Amino acid sequence: MSVLKTEEMILNMGPQHPSTHGVLRLELELDGELIIDVKPHVGYLHRCFEKHCEALTYPQIVPYVDRMDYLAAMYNEFGYAVTVERMLGIQVPERVEYIRVIMGEFQRIASHLVAVGTYGLDIGAFTPFLYCFRDRERILSLFEMTCGARLLYNYIWVGGLSHDLHPDFLRLAKEFLPDFKNTLSELNNLLSYNKIFTERTANVGVLPLDTAINYGVTGPNLRASGLKWDLRKDDPYSIYDKFDFDIPVGQGWYGTVGDCWDRYYLRVLEMEQSVKILEQALVQIPDGNISEAIPKRIKPPEGQIYTRVENPRGELGYFIVSKGGLQPHRVKVHAPSFIHLGLLGELCKGHFVADVIAILGSIDIVLGEVDR
Amino acid sequence: MKTPQEIFEILKQKFGESVIGFADNKLLEFAIEIAPLAIAEVGYFLRDDSELLFDNLILLSALDDMTGKKVTEEDGSFRFEGGTLSVIYHIESTSSRHKIVLKVVVPKENAEIESVAYVWNHANWEEREAFDMIGIKFLNHPNMIRILMPYNWDAGYPLRKDYKNPEFYEGMKVPY
Repeated sequence: MSVLKTEEMILNMGPQHPSTHGVLRLELELDGELIIDVKPHVGYLHRCFEKHCEALTYPQIVPYVDRMDYLAAMYNEFGYAVTVERMLGIQVPERVEYIRVIMGEFQRIASHLVAVGTYGLDIGAFTPFLYCFRDRERILSLFEMTCGARLLYNYIWVGGLSHDLHPDFLRLAKEFLPDFKNTLSELNNLLSYNKIFTERTANVGVLPLDTAINYGVTGPNLRASGLKWDLRKDDPYSIYDKFDFDIPVGQGWYGTVGDCWDRYYLRVLEMEQSVKILEQALVQIPDGNISEAIPKRIKPPEGQIYTRVENPRGELGYFIVSKGGLQPHRVKVHAPSFIHLGLLGELCKGHFVADVIAILGSIDIVLGEVDR
Repeated sequence: MKTPQEIFEILKQKFGESVIGFADNKLLEFAIEIAPLAIAEVGYFLRDDSELLFDNLILLSALDDMTGKKVTEEDGSFRFEGGTLSVIYHIESTSSRHKIVLKVVVPKENAEIESVAYVWNHANWEEREAFDMIGIKFLNHPNMIRILMPYNWDAGYPLRKDYKNPEFYEGMKVPY
């Protein structure tokens, strides 16, 4: 009897695979069920964002930044506005800062709800997804009421906002928060502490802290590996110093620090902290004129600047080089999803094929931002 | 925590000629200019020195400086002759909390820079993006291929200021 020939197998996952959250192709090198290497192939959604910016004036870029991380469009605008304001040296009115923080934190909750809900879906739990989308819908209605759009807002402008809040906004937002706290405890019972879910995610895809830093990982994924690093506190911008909130870090609740379950649960904890910020901001918000600081003509001085904000997915940074004209000379975006995807091969090595889905879902990427 | 000026002094003492200067980029940033072939060595030193510990590369960005001589063709299109490309490294230390900006400038004709992908793994994809978009070749990089554009793209580097769209792509007319 002859010996059976064995060799490594190449398997393509995607570009149209439901768990890739967009258009992404993973080239898996397999030894039976074991992963030897994962090579992500990106670029299917490349829209030349950075090239477009060089032909647009500064205010015209705002709608374009929406389209990078389309699940957190408010925060993309927030970061862009902060960067250009620092270039110009503009101080924006207090009411504008408050509205930005309120919108930003609502956006963080909405974005994490998608992350958490679809993560359950990837693992095979359908119900939590519907609970998450029910509550996200209410946040999107709040956004729609404010600026007329549900996904891509063009709301936060350089120096101000496009509209003031709707008269009913504060009442409805305050009503939402207690309901949302109930959802979170329901979500924990349905998904977080579910035996099947913890078995699939605990001790899977462990990301040690030094590897995380070396790969430039930021945001919830870095905090899940145990470093207390949040730009809202560590590199402050806007008015986050006025609010009292904690930064949760991964503790290996069900397994090892930095495993998939930690990354998942950290997002749940972050939503609790966002609620805490919102509870304070919705009460403290002052009156004022939201459009008084919007400059008529934006022409920053010559030079370069890098500013970063804490996007729901990690550190979102804008590097802008100005030659003193009405258009930027170069815009480069520090896109957290792009960097986290670069780590995937390292995380998947030695796991089974089914774990690739669990790991990819737990690092929470948005392909619009990877490809820009 | 050290100021960029102090870090510049340390680097100057250690690497001499390879550390070219302290460039004032106006607005908020100062950059330390490093020679293209010494950047990996400087990177290892910055990462491993017990007083500096720059363990995190925040961002690696490449840009076309548009410094060359502008030559206009008969059909109205233009290109730049000569000129430089630059790569900017923002690095920080998560333990000591200091950050600095490094800058490397290379001529367009011979755009070759030592890769820092083995110093900070994060640079692996960022350098591929810089190669893809601006056309800077990183020496000793583990996998120097295009990343966002198609692997067989042969019409140049899109983020260069004198980039022109190709007339045909895979037999299709552009714009179609």
